[in-house]
Amino acid sequence: MLNRRYILAGGLSAFALGGFVPQVSFAAAATNRHFIFLLQRGAADGLATVAPTGDPDFLRARGDLAAEAMQGTKLDDFFALHPKMTGAAALFASREASFVHAVASSTRDRSHFDAQNLIESGGLKPYARKDGWMNRLLTLLPNGQNKAIAIAPSLPLILRGNAGASSYEPSRSAGPDDDFTHRVSALYAEDTQLSNLWEDAVRTGMMAGKPDTNERGEAASAKMVAGLMQGPDAARIVMLDSNGWDTHSSQSARLGNMLSRTDRFVTALKTEMGSDWQKCLVIIATEFGRTVAFNGTKGTDHGTASAAMLFGGNLQHPGKVIADWPGLNATSLYEGRDLKATMRFDHMISDALAHHFTLDPVLTRRTLFPDLI
Amino acid sequence: MSIAAAIAHNRFGYGLRPDEKPTGSPKRFLLEQLERFDPSPPAISAQPKTYQLAQSYDEFLRQGKKEKEARKPLGQQANIKQAGQSEIMDGRKMARRTLRDHYTEAGNARLLTAVRSDTDFPERLVHFWSNHFAVSAEKPVVNTFAGDYEFRAIRPHIMGKFSELLRAAVTHHAMLFYLDQVQSVGPDSPLARQVKERRGRKFGLNENLAREVLELHSLGVRTGYTQADVTELARGLTGFTVAGFANGPARRFVPETAKGGDTVFLDAIHQPGTRQLLGKSYTQTGRAQVEAMLSDLSVHPATAKHIATKLARHFVSDTPPASLITKLEKSFLETGGDLPSIYRALVESEECWPKLWEPAWAKFKSPWDWTISSFRALNMKELPQNTNVAMTMRQMGHPVWQPESPAGFPDNMAQWAGGAALLRRFEIAQRIARMNRERADARILAPQLLPGVLSAHTAESIARAESPMQGLSLLLISPEFLRR
Repeated sequence: MLNRRYILAGGLSAFALGGFVPQVSFAAAATNRHFIFLLQRGAADGLATVAPTGDPDFLRARGDLAAEAMQGTKLDDFFALHPKMTGAAALFASREASFVHAVASSTRDRSHFDAQNLIESGGLKPYARKDGWMNRLLTLLPNGQNKAIAIAPSLPLILRGNAGASSYEPSRSAGPDDDFTHRVSALYAEDTQLSNLWEDAVRTGMMAGKPDTNERGEAASAKMVAGLMQGPDAARIVMLDSNGWDTHSSQSARLGNMLSRTDRFVTALKTEMGSDWQKCLVIIATEFGRTVAFNGTKGTDHGTASAAMLFGGNLQHPGKVIADWPGLNATSLYEGRDLKATMRFDHMISDALAHHFTLDPVLTRRTLFPDLI
Repeated sequence: MSIAAAIAHNRFGYGLRPDEKPTGSPKRFLLEQLERFDPSPPAISAQPKTYQLAQSYDEFLRQGKKEKEARKPLGQQANIKQAGQSEIMDGRKMARRTLRDHYTEAGNARLLTAVRSDTDFPERLVHFWSNHFAVSAEKPVVNTFAGDYEFRAIRPHIMGKFSELLRAAVTHHAMLFYLDQVQSVGPDSPLARQVKERRGRKFGLNENLAREVLELHSLGVRTGYTQADVTELARGLTGFTVAGFANGPARRFVPETAKGGDTVFLDAIHQPGTRQLLGKSYTQTGRAQVEAMLSDLSVHPATAKHIATKLARHFVSDTPPASLITKLEKSFLETGGDLPSIYRALVESEECWPKLWEPAWAKFKSPWDWTISSFRALNMKELPQNTNVAMTMRQMGHPVWQPESPAGFPDNMAQWAGGAALLRRFEIAQRIARMNRERADARILAPQLLPGVLSAHTAESIARAESPMQGLSLLLISPEFLRR
């Protein structure tokens, strides 16, 4: 675990520059970097994913249900990774993973919708911003290397904004033929909204190629993401969602399943990216955490801070768990029930991205999260 | 030509059918439908009873247990079939298939009812409310009961008071399952105390349903309630559970008269004591307490505003005019949440009747909207062979009764107008067109279905199609037909 001083040192140097915004960033942006963001929708339990097994209050609060965490892979003398995440544990050992704990956005009302809105918009108040921080990231990247795709039927808020981005979801059918495509383009000629959507759909559909109908699940998703990211006109930025993290009951089995799927995805992605993995940053995060204590139905309710996972060949803090651990005794909990947030989601994102794309940290933070200062 | 008929049929309703004549008096046409609405039309009354669905689900659980027992001596990974136990696998498979059939048939009944209906404005209201009080078939048990939920908790109550609808939705067993209320037990309830003393087992509260009642069903998010209010409502809600599916030792308290799947309220698991909600004390005991809490929530000004906004968004525009929201809110408050009065206020509001057809003022149809209106457009009153509605809706990203969260499906264009979703819609348009190529001529149909709305450009594109089939495809994906 890194202590608070360590984290603040990085953060402060960025702030210390005050109003000065260097103009060097565009030229300095590293080329050919890839970034994948996976949003765990539904509030994933960071305490079970990266468990503070070194904290006696954790064992006290979770009782028998902490036993599972004790079986996990030791990350350092304080944290253990969930036992289902064996692939991620191997990446951590080879310094291709790092974890951030006690992280949260600025909302505290425990609403999925408000919190997901903030995680995507990067604003300080829910619904105040209509564009997303991943879209604003594109403006910092050199032309030709700022193509972004969301794996979704329509563009999620996180990628909406002035910079172009598209959405893509694979289909098993052959798609429209050339004549039909042409006729639809003509049909929409007088409708800007629809003609933009249509051109975009046709273009992306061609790039991703036809899916192999025998492949499903995490391996297929990883293959598709890697496919969209390779080649000259390929996407550099990809956003994915995963649903099913809202474990109000029977958490152990449900969370175990979700985490092992996530683990398979990351492992397969490394394989599929091949040598490009060295230029890859994967961030997996959720909108908020879950209560420290279990509820009456072997699950956990909506909480505050959670954990985030970072993977890739070029991490800022490889093989480390970054946390300014707030503790889990009754007086350190947020409102007496939740892990307190000691790391801001927006700081974590902008620091990791500034490092990954060799961008100026101040400019990155201001561009991605303009409401912050 | 005026566009009022198109708005009445296509925006308020589910779209004109070729056997319908566009109305000459749009407002009256809609208001009369409110009187004629049938909560239980044939396709829906033919659906299995609650206890029958509960039996199927119970059988599924029983087969699961049987399989688990059979596996025990063989080890987790063992192949039961090779071990000569294939009848066990078959039993499990059959039970699963029965559940899937229940879901599929309920979805078909829902679609056919909307396609055949001549009160399609209220049908739209049913689906609006069902999405407002969303359950998600993602959970296997909800999958079984999702149709039952809409047919028994939503349909019979959309023409009464909002308080009744709220009570029916929140206490229906599908909702109790979906938001984990079934297992929630008051930590100081008689049962929890008894069991704790004897076996040291812990029972407790689950606040999932309570939070969503405040955030999604009634007041709306950030309207001033606190974590303490959530917890208090969660305590008030303890007691509700489902006959046949209650939490372990609570089962023996379920009255014998209750049929499987019935919602029951058990004082034995209810958290005793006075509750505080939004600054008010509730001294009642048992079920009366939570009924009083829900009743107060149902007429709260924040609830009125929340519902008014959602209705305006659904029927007028993604960004509805504030003046319209105010009118609906006022009607809600003046009538104590009398739903038909609010619907009438909506129909009578001038904001609902623009004079020009502008994409920016129209609503982009959700895949469900679009599918129903396509079926109506081609007068497909029976399901064509080899059609799987559930599968089709899933492909378009709008699986029946299966939103990703208790907030339901979002009601705006950004949700549905993705490039990929559009491609899917085109594939399905082509399939529908292929089925109907002998039955309909898009050149005649287009002006009939889109009175006053069809543009010369679209009419021309359809007329130039290379085949009748392509003409129909183009009609179904035309800018005018994709919007309502």
